[in-house]
Order: sequence, then C-alpha cells, then structure tokens
Amino acid sequence: MELSPVSRITRSMEPILEISGLTKTYAGGFTALQGVDLTINKGEIFALLGPNGAGKTTLIGAVCGLVRPSSGTIRAFGEDMTHGWRALRARIGLVPQELATDMFETVLHSVNYSRGLFGLAPDAARIEEILRALSLWDKRKSQIRALSGGMKRRVLIAKALAHEPDLLFLDEPTAGVDVELRRDMWAQIAQLRDRGTTIILTTHYIEEAEEMADRVGIIQAGSIRMVEDTRSLMKRLGRTEAHIGLPVPLPAIPAALADYNLTLADDGLELVYRGGDGSGGGKAQVAQLTKDLVANGIDYTAIDIRESSLEDIFVDLLEGAAA
Amino acid sequence: MIAFNARSTWTIYKREVMRALRTAMQSILGPVLTTVLYFVVFGAAIGSKMDSGMAGVNYGAFIVPGLLLLTLLSESTSNGSFGIYMPRFTGAIYELLSAPVGVAETLIGFVGAAATKSLILAAIILTTATFFVDYTVAHPFYALGFILLVSASFSLFGFILGIWADSFEKLGIVPVLFIVPLTFLGGTFYSIDLLPEPWRSVAMANPVVYLVNGLRWCFYGSSDFPIGLSLGMTLGFLALCISFIAWIFRTGWRLRA
Repeated sequence: MELSPVSRITRSMEPILEISGLTKTYAGGFTALQGVDLTINKGEIFALLGPNGAGKTTLIGAVCGLVRPSSGTIRAFGEDMTHGWRALRARIGLVPQELATDMFETVLHSVNYSRGLFGLAPDAARIEEILRALSLWDKRKSQIRALSGGMKRRVLIAKALAHEPDLLFLDEPTAGVDVELRRDMWAQIAQLRDRGTTIILTTHYIEEAEEMADRVGIIQAGSIRMVEDTRSLMKRLGRTEAHIGLPVPLPAIPAALADYNLTLADDGLELVYRGGDGSGGGKAQVAQLTKDLVANGIDYTAIDIRESSLEDIFVDLLEGAAA
Repeated sequence: MIAFNARSTWTIYKREVMRALRTAMQSILGPVLTTVLYFVVFGAAIGSKMDSGMAGVNYGAFIVPGLLLLTLLSESTSNGSFGIYMPRFTGAIYELLSAPVGVAETLIGFVGAAATKSLILAAIILTTATFFVDYTVAHPFYALGFILLVSASFSLFGFILGIWADSFEKLGIVPVLFIVPLTFLGGTFYSIDLLPEPWRSVAMANPVVYLVNGLRWCFYGSSDFPIGLSLGMTLGFLALCISFIAWIFRTGWRLRA
C-alpha cells in the first residue's frame, strides 16, 4: 500500500450513519448534546469542527458505545444501533483522542489483540500490510511505550484498522503530530477513503478539514450549527482580501473605482479590497482593479492578496452565533 | 445477530493470561513464596510441636486448605480487579466498550483468566506444600471443583471491585481490610469449634468460614459444617456477583458515561 496524494472521489449519497434527535445529559446535569441530527454518507470524509467542549467527543462516544445517549436514535448501515449493536460495532472503528492503550505491549501484539477483540481470525498478511502502510512494521516488536508520540498515535490508527472497519472515527487524529507526519497521515486517511472506508474526523486543525473533508459540520454547545459541502461552503462564505500599497496617499476612493468594494487604510496609503466568493472570482476582480488603477493614473507599490480560509469562515460563524 | 463472540472471548482471555505471565514474579512467585513461608513457620516448625493436631488431623496438614484459600481469595480478588481496572485507568477501556462484546464475553475473558491464574497458583502451592507437610486429599474432584468455584467467585468479586474503584488505594484496600482479616478469622489456622461463645456465633457470620470448611472437607472428609452448606454459600456468592455485574453492564455504571 503506497501513499497517494489526497484526492476527492465521487461519493455515494447512501447514508451510512443517521443520527436523529440525539441528546446527552450527563449525571451532573451538563447537556453535551442537544437534539443532534446528522447524516453521514457512505464513502465520504466528514469533518466535525467545534470549539473545546462543543460535544464532538460525546457524539463519537454515543455512536461507538462509550456514552449512553439520553434520547434520540442512531442508525448505522441502515440498522438501529440499539438492536443490532454487535454486528454494527464490528464494522465501526475508533481512534480516540487520548493515547490510551497498554503501553507495555508490543505493537504487533496490540494490533493483533484489536483484530481478535472484534471477532476476526488472525491474518498476519493483513496486519503486516496495515503496519507497513503506517510505517510501523520495523517497530512491530517494540513496546508501545518506547515509541514517539506520533508513532503511538499511528499504533492507535493501526489498532482501529485491524478489524477492517467500514466506518472509521478519528478523534483529533493528528493532535500533537508534526507537520510532515500530519501530511503523511492525511494521505493515509485519504487512501482509506479511496478504499471505501467512510471517515468521520474531529479536528482542531481547520486546514486539515479544508484539505481532506468532503463535508464539514460545525458543532457548538451540543448542537449542529451547520453541515455543508466543503467546497460549496468555501464558495458561499469565502472571500478574497487584497491590500494594495500606494506611494501617494489618496484622500478618498476615486469615483472611477466606485464599483469595487474598496476602503482606505493607513492614512490613505493602502487600498483594501474585499470581495469575491471563494471560488476565484475575487482574484479576477483584483486583477481588473490593478488595470483600472493604472488606467486612472494611480500608481501602486505592492499587492498582498489572500483568500479567506475555512478557519476564517469557522471563526466568523462561531462569532456570529455568539452575537 | 451473533449471540456470543467466542473469538473475542478467547482474545481477552489469552491477553490477560499473557499479562500475568509477563509479571510472573509479582503475580505468581510472590504469593507462592508467602504461602510457603506460612507452611514453614506454622506447619513444619510450630505444627511439629502440636502432638494432638487439630480436628483429628496433623496441624501442618490441617492448615493446608485454609492457607490455600487465603491465597486463592486474595489473588483471585486482586487478579480480577486489576484486569478491568488497568484499562479503565489508562483509558484503553474504550476499545473493549466499542467492540462487539457483551457481558458474557467480557466476564469469561477477564474472570476466566483471573481464575486460571488462581488455579495455577493453587497447583504450585499444593505441590510446594508436599515438601513441608504431609497431607492427603480425600475428595480430589470435589477439591478441584471447589477451588474452581471459589476462584471464579472471587475473581468476579474482584471484577466488581475493579469497576467500583477509582484509585489504586481503593483497589488495594478491600483485600487488605476485608479479605485477609476475614480469612484469618475464618478458621484458617484453627477449628471454629475451639472458639468459646459468643465468638463462635460471631464467627458463623463470617462467610469465609464456610469456604474454609468446605475446602477442608474436600481434603479430610470432615469439617465444622456440612459440605452442602459451604457449597450453597459459595454458589450464592457467585450468583450475587454475576447478578451485580449483569446490572453494571445493563446500566453502564462506572463504565459508560
């Protein structure tokens, strides 16, 4: 299994997980989930974003059997989790947020244990394939406690993959992992999706969701605020911002440029453009603006253009909700 | 729907037994050494000076069932509790809770492994005892069955303890404060008939008395109580533990948030 670049493939609209009216109130009275409705489609990568304490881990725990829901229904693979939990859990994998495993076990024992625990016969070839794909084969005889943080996290991924799940939950899969390894893991996750595994991940790295996810859901205070296709979200809420440095200050926006969404900053020495739709329209408008500046005899010394990221959109949405 | 996941059960069982072997010095050698010291001091040294023996049996031989039970109760409780407490403590319990395993697989896996360790201990202790005291086993099959029953019952009790405890202190306090005193006061080193009233009646309230006497009957064919009473008490305790664990899994008490 070789690493391949992150790619998006055509996904099915067949639901693999249907959550309806899911509520969880803990014994202390804290309500972590408030009537969550969410549908995950087969074959997609879904990123669940939200601030700390928003309910991401509780939601995953409720599906995986770690948390007892107060109310609501969870259907996986078309069946109610309450009734068909044995067969359904065998098809679900979980990589937890914490590095939680027996640290004195060797990598190979630990991964074999996970496969057996889920009721599958030993398969040395399959386990080798998983460990090689995660660059753990050379460490198979090492105790887990002797591995680096990034490797420990990969061991947890290997354990979750050992029973070949159709639906995989990754709770903060790249937390504490360095940038290079993070990109490797993104490629590995994308490869899993390409092989047909549906992936639901929570992350604090918005870049991760932007890079990998087919759809994103934003959860806040136990409620799903929004679920949308990543690209359409970027297109709908994304913006282009250009800062154009001027050698001579402008007292006001020239009438010839009134059609652009412009403001002046830095005592007239900077022209700021905001517009576009996150799909490249803004950049084209900035290109046209530079031509109009020249045509109107306005010189400029520098241009700094940036597209708003999913993080900007995420922060705007949360701030909007808070306001 | 799969009713019972045998491979999962075997996987849990095998891992727990392997864990015991990994820590053999602590989990096997330690208890064996302690018990052997009892045999040397009370059986070979002091016992050899007690000409009359106890309850018609040489004193060194008399204490064999009690000492065996002392180890079995302590180790079964300890093994049963550590097996489930450690994954709770490290957070690795997530894997068990998210797996397609229910109460039966979990119990047979964890408790079976704990009981197996206790049986291995019992075999080593009884073999070692032959070097220090002369003893016989009147009813070997009953003895095996009784040892198995007691090991399973207290491994179950340990399992409950491992779920209840939220610290290592709590985990260790029950065996130290309850199991060991009750066993010492339960006739390990003496016959209950030797106690004057009201202490004899008080001792009757100690459930371990019935276990010690049950095992003593298996060894020497006589005891302070009928074997049926001992067996009934043990089976009752076993049923109580299983019922409580079934309730734990049904409600998720201290397992699922």
